[in-house]
Formats: sequence, C-alpha cells, structure tokens
Amino acid sequence: MSQTQQQVEQLIQSRYKAGFYTDIESETVGAGLNEDVIAMISAKKEEPAWLLEWRLKAFHHWQTMVGPNWAKLKLPAIDFQKIHYYAAPKQENRPKSLDEVDPKLLETFDKLGVPLHERARLAGVAVDAVFDSVSVGTTFQKELKEAGVIFCSFSEAAREHPDLVREHLGSVVPYRDNYFACLNSAVFSDGSFVYVPKDTRCPMELSTYFRINARDTGQFERTLIIAEPGAEVSYLEGCTAPMRDENQLHAAVVELVAQEKSKIKYSTVQNWYPGDENGKGGIYNFVTKRGDCRGDDSRISWTQVETGSAITWKYPSCVLRGDRSAGEFYSVALTHNHQQADTGTKMIHLGKDTTSKVISKGISCGKSQNSYRGLVRMAKRADNARNYTQCDSLLIGKTCGAHTFPYIESANPTAKIEHEATTSKIGDDQLFYCRSRGMDEEEAVALIVDGFCKEVFKELPMEFAVEAKALLEISLEGAVG
Amino acid sequence: MLKINNLHVQVGDKDILKGLNLEVGPGEVHAIMGPNGSGKSTLGYSLAGRDGYEVTDGSVLFDGQNLLELEAEERAAAGLFLAFQYPVEIPGVNNAYFLRAALNAQRKARGEDEVDSIDFLRAVREQLKALQMDDSLLKRAVNEGFSGGEKKRNEMVQMAVLQPKLAILDETDSGLDIDALKLVAEGVNRLRNDERSFVVITHYQRLLEHLVPDQVHVLSNGRIVESGGRELAERLEQEGYGFLSPEEDAA
Ligand SMILES: Nc1ncnc2c1ncn2[C@@H]1O[C@H](COP(=O)(O)OP(=O)(O)OP(=O)(O)O)[C@@H](O)[C@H]1O
Ligand SMILES: [Mg+2]
Repeated sequence: MSQTQQQVEQLIQSRYKAGFYTDIESETVGAGLNEDVIAMISAKKEEPAWLLEWRLKAFHHWQTMVGPNWAKLKLPAIDFQKIHYYAAPKQENRPKSLDEVDPKLLETFDKLGVPLHERARLAGVAVDAVFDSVSVGTTFQKELKEAGVIFCSFSEAAREHPDLVREHLGSVVPYRDNYFACLNSAVFSDGSFVYVPKDTRCPMELSTYFRINARDTGQFERTLIIAEPGAEVSYLEGCTAPMRDENQLHAAVVELVAQEKSKIKYSTVQNWYPGDENGKGGIYNFVTKRGDCRGDDSRISWTQVETGSAITWKYPSCVLRGDRSAGEFYSVALTHNHQQADTGTKMIHLGKDTTSKVISKGISCGKSQNSYRGLVRMAKRADNARNYTQCDSLLIGKTCGAHTFPYIESANPTAKIEHEATTSKIGDDQLFYCRSRGMDEEEAVALIVDGFCKEVFKELPMEFAVEAKALLEISLEGAVG
Repeated sequence: MLKINNLHVQVGDKDILKGLNLEVGPGEVHAIMGPNGSGKSTLGYSLAGRDGYEVTDGSVLFDGQNLLELEAEERAAAGLFLAFQYPVEIPGVNNAYFLRAALNAQRKARGEDEVDSIDFLRAVREQLKALQMDDSLLKRAVNEGFSGGEKKRNEMVQMAVLQPKLAILDETDSGLDIDALKLVAEGVNRLRNDERSFVVITHYQRLLEHLVPDQVHVLSNGRIVESGGRELAERLEQEGYGFLSPEEDAA
C-alpha cells in the first residue's frame, strides 16, 4: 500500500472506528424470503409452534403491503429477495456460557469496546451481545436472576419464558403496524428480552450491543421490555457494522410495556455504518420503537443519539394510556456527507393528566438531509394533557438541509401543546471566539455542537454520555473547511 | 513585541484601516482612543486573525514572527489575546470546560503537557475571587445570560489564566460599574511585568488613571493620527475629538 493510500485508509478508519470485518465461518440461509426461510429461522431458534404461526401470519400480511413513501427520504428500491435473512457464526452446539463462545467473537466485542469476559466487563452494566442473527452471550445473568430480573436474548426468552413472550409480543407494535414492522415480525432474528418484576429496581444498567458482520445480510432484531407495576429499568443499545460498498438493511422492532408506576428509560447510541463521503454503502435503518405506558403513573423515556446509517427512519413513540403517565423523547441526530435522516417521535395522549416532553436536536453537515417529524395527539378523554416540544436544528455548511414536520391533533380542549422550533447556523462569531482562544476549527465546531446537544446528553447514562460525545466529534470530522 | 507597519484592512468592500502604524515594546501599556467607527475593533480583530478581515497591505511583526501568516488559533498559542468588546455566548458549553479546552489547545500547540485539572481549577478560582465573581459562573454556559459586566470580567479571567504575551483589551471598561472598573484595572496591573504588553482600547480616561499607560494614541478614520502621554487622554476627555485636523476627518 502506498504511503498516501495508507494515510487515507487511516483517516477513514479514524472516522468510522467500527468499520472492521470479523473473518469467521458463518452459517447463512440462502438469499430470498419465503415460508421455508421463515420456518427455518424458527427451527434454528427452537421456537414453539405458536411463534412460527405468528411469523407466518405476519409474512402473509406483509405480502399485501407496500413500503412507506411519505418520509422526506430518497429511498432506493430494496430487493427483498436478494437479502439473506439469517446469518450466524458456525458452532456445534449452542454455547452454554460465555466460556464456550468462539474467542474470535469475544475479540470482536473487545475491539468495539464492549468486553464480555469476566475480567474486563463494564462495572454495573450487563450486556447482551448480538452478532448478526444471534446473541453471543449475556453478562451478569446470575446477578440479575438473584434480583428476579430476566435479561436474555429474545430467542432464549421464547424457549425459556414462552408465556411472557406470548402475552406481550406484538401487544405494543402489532405485526400489521407498518411495512417494516411487519417484515420484522416475519423474519426477526435475535434481540433482547427484559422482564423486571413488581416493585423491583433493576440493580444495574442493561445494554445490548448489535453488530452486523455478514455480507448481504439484513438484521431484524426484536426487543421486548416489560416493567411490572413499580418496576424500574434503564436500558441502552449500541450498534455498528463493517464498512461496505453495498447497502444493508436493518429493520428492528422494540416494544416497551410499562405497568402502573413503573419506569423504563431506553437509550440508543446508533452508529451503523453511514456510507462513505460519496454516499456509497451504509445501513438502511428502518426501525419501529414504541412504548406503552399501560399503567397509571408510568413513565417511559427515550433518548437517542443517531450518528450512523445512510438512511434513518425511526420515530420512538409513547402511548400514554395510563392516567398521569409521562413520555419523554430526547434526540440528537447528526447527518453528514450524503446521509438522510427522517426521525422524531409520536406522543399519543390517551389518559388524563398525561404529560410528554420532546427535545430534538438535529445537526446537518455535508450534503445531508435531516428531518424532524413529530406527532402529538391528544385523545378526547385526555383531560389536561400537556406536551412541550422543542426542536432545534443546526446547520454546518451550505449544502445540507434541515426540515421540521410537526403534526398536532387535539380532540380535547383542555389539552395544552407547546411547540418551539429554531434553526441556526453555526455562528462565525462563536467559531472565531473559540479559535481566538486557541482551539482549531474542528475542535471549536465539536465544542459548539456538544453545547447544542447538552440537554440530550445529560439524559444519557454517564458511561455512554462520554461515548456519545466522542462519537459526535468523530462524525463531525471534515464537516467544516 | 508588536510592530505594525502601514496596515491596510478591508472588510467586505470597505477599507477600514488605511495605513496604520503602531509599535508596542515588551512590558508596555498602550492606550488607543478614537471616535466610534474609527476602526479600533477592526484593529483588534485583524490582529487576532478573524476571517473576513482582509489585510491588503502592510505588515505585522509579533514577538519576532510574521503574525499575518498565522491562523487565529496559532496566534493565540503564540501568546496573543483579544478581550472582546462583545464577548460571545456559547450555549450549553460549560465556562470552566471552555477555558480549560482553550488552555490545553494552546499548550498542545506549544508542545506542552495538558494542565493538571486541580491546578487549573485553583488558578481559575483565584482569578474569580480577585475579580469578585461568583463561583457559579464557572458552571454556567460561556457568557450565556451573563450581565454585561460579568461578560467583561469573564474575559479578564480568561486572560489571567491564559497568560498571554500581548493582550488587546477592546473596551473592557465599557459597561463596568466603578468598583468593577477598579478590579479589572487591578487585574491588568497584577499581570504586568517586563515582558507582557497591553493594548487597551477605551473611550474613557478613568481606566487609564488606574492603568497608567506608557503611550496614548488616537485612531481616526483608520489611522493613528496623534500619539502622546497620559495627558493626551485627559485632553481628549475634556475637548473631544474636535481638535483633530479637519482634513483627517474628510480623508
Ligand atoms: N462586516 C462589515 N461590513 C462593513 N462594514 C463594517 C463591517 N464591520 C465593521 N464595519 C465598519 O467598519 C468601521 C469600523 O468599525 P469598528 O468596529 O472597528 O469601529 P470602532 O472604532 O471599534 O467603534 P466603536 O468605538 O463604536 O466600538 C465602522 O464604520 C463599521 O461600520
Ligand atoms: Mg469597537
């Protein structure tokens, strides 16, 4: 490799540190989607019969649907018959503990900063590591069990806790919900399952790390979190993928069930490969995330830091069913180069005295397009419901775009809805002020952007706030000048 | 320390500095006075390296090097500091964090180690105390919601922590109450030594009573038109700028 080529390589690497590929023998199902493929996925996971039936119902329904076209996204046609729907590292038997896991896999997660083995684990954070279509292992399971908390891969939950899964699966996001959720319901692979029993506060942070590795494979994870009355849990997901010229599809579904007086905090640091500076490659990220504040006085909080993916289409939402229930959405979405993001939230107020708060920070640079799309709906019986939405966009450079699409529907005259929106350019005066104090332009931009996102970052668990900030800095490289 | 020769600066299409000469030796304090719009802030910005302030002619030597070929941040690392007439707000960025980032950036550029955080905090607290500022200002966002006087004093805290070789104070005294003015002057005096120089832009000679400049200059219409000792400042305060020769005004 020539000197300059090496430098370029290094530069790219530094920009997307997670872009490596793990050379591991993997077992994939041939490309294409049909009933046999679905039956095979279900068999691989040793699922109960009712689950296969559910998948097939979803599949049949999906075949009658068409993809969404209302988002402000340039969506290339996706050939669903070219995608592989299952890929897993080859292994003789399902490993019973982390000791039996292929060292190459452990090494991969090490490299990503998510060590799984006992010695190096993050203190106070239990991790479920998902590699392509399977969970590699879950740490701290024993400790959690003692507290009565179930934290395991979705596949394991379907085998070990079928009643819980059967009761709640699809209860927040029905398989008919939308095109991508329906596809996911048919072919979902692994994801995490969390159950926190009554009046239990989960003793540590739970986190799932999703890694796409295999080529031409879609990732369709499914996550279900159930908080029984009075339960409390904080959960975080992170995601990365190798750098590739081809686009890869990621269509996940996350369902949260919050019973009376329970609290669920769900944070995401999304760093899927965004594609190169010419818009080649990257992940198509179509995600349905919804939380159901089923019980009175329950609370669901979404925090997301989105820096990756070529296309992002996601609207983590709260259905505020219980009286006095509360929903929050804090979001930082950064787009660069040719990335496109159409993201926001839906706050559906059904119960009385429900409250919701939306803080969205969009940062666009390069030739990217960044849209906030948010719905606030006040149902007829949602007396005294309140929403506050603040939606700020920051533009870096002249070739990017920021857009805001707020939808407000109110059927109750006592409901209060406040919406504030600002769009600003990164100020010359701010940049010069920083530079006159000795910071270079890149550092100055990172600092100003970090300040812009402060309200969202402070919602992240400590360990991840630092990571999110570092990620933002890397994603901003080359944004100015 | 600073040698400006025949400096011409354009902003947009407008010539603002039109052949400015100024020489400031090490350890000296020079005051610059002059009517509104005469180009005082432009001089400060040009020296600090702001984009859009285009030098069309002339030269500037700073500490023996050609200042004009350095980027703004390189000028800062080389020891130049500008206290802004209108300090800029940076929402969400912690004031102490900002200052430490600035100090470390300068140190890094000079090949020095990062500052120890405990030493840093101690130094900042000391300066806050000297300027009678509340500790809580450290935790707030840079200049956001600061009163006019707090902003100016915050600039002085930055100056004291960054320890520049040359500080340009652009109307730091404007908007300060009498006590604060004294504190700022004392702050500058504490930093004075045989090496460090100051260029103090002001409209009032009150600050100069406390600072005692080596020289006073009058900037008018993009040029230094008059230089003298402290008595020049007193005369200006009494007579205004009317005595400046009419052809200078017309130029
Ligand atoms: N971006 C700009 N475009 C056009 N003219 C400008 C620009 N910036 C400054 N000027 C003009 O340059 C002239 C000098 O401005 P400058 O701010 O340097 O004055 P000053 O001496 O600092 O005044 P004051 O005492 O009011 O602070 C003014 O006439 C001002 O309007
Ligand atoms: Mg001025």
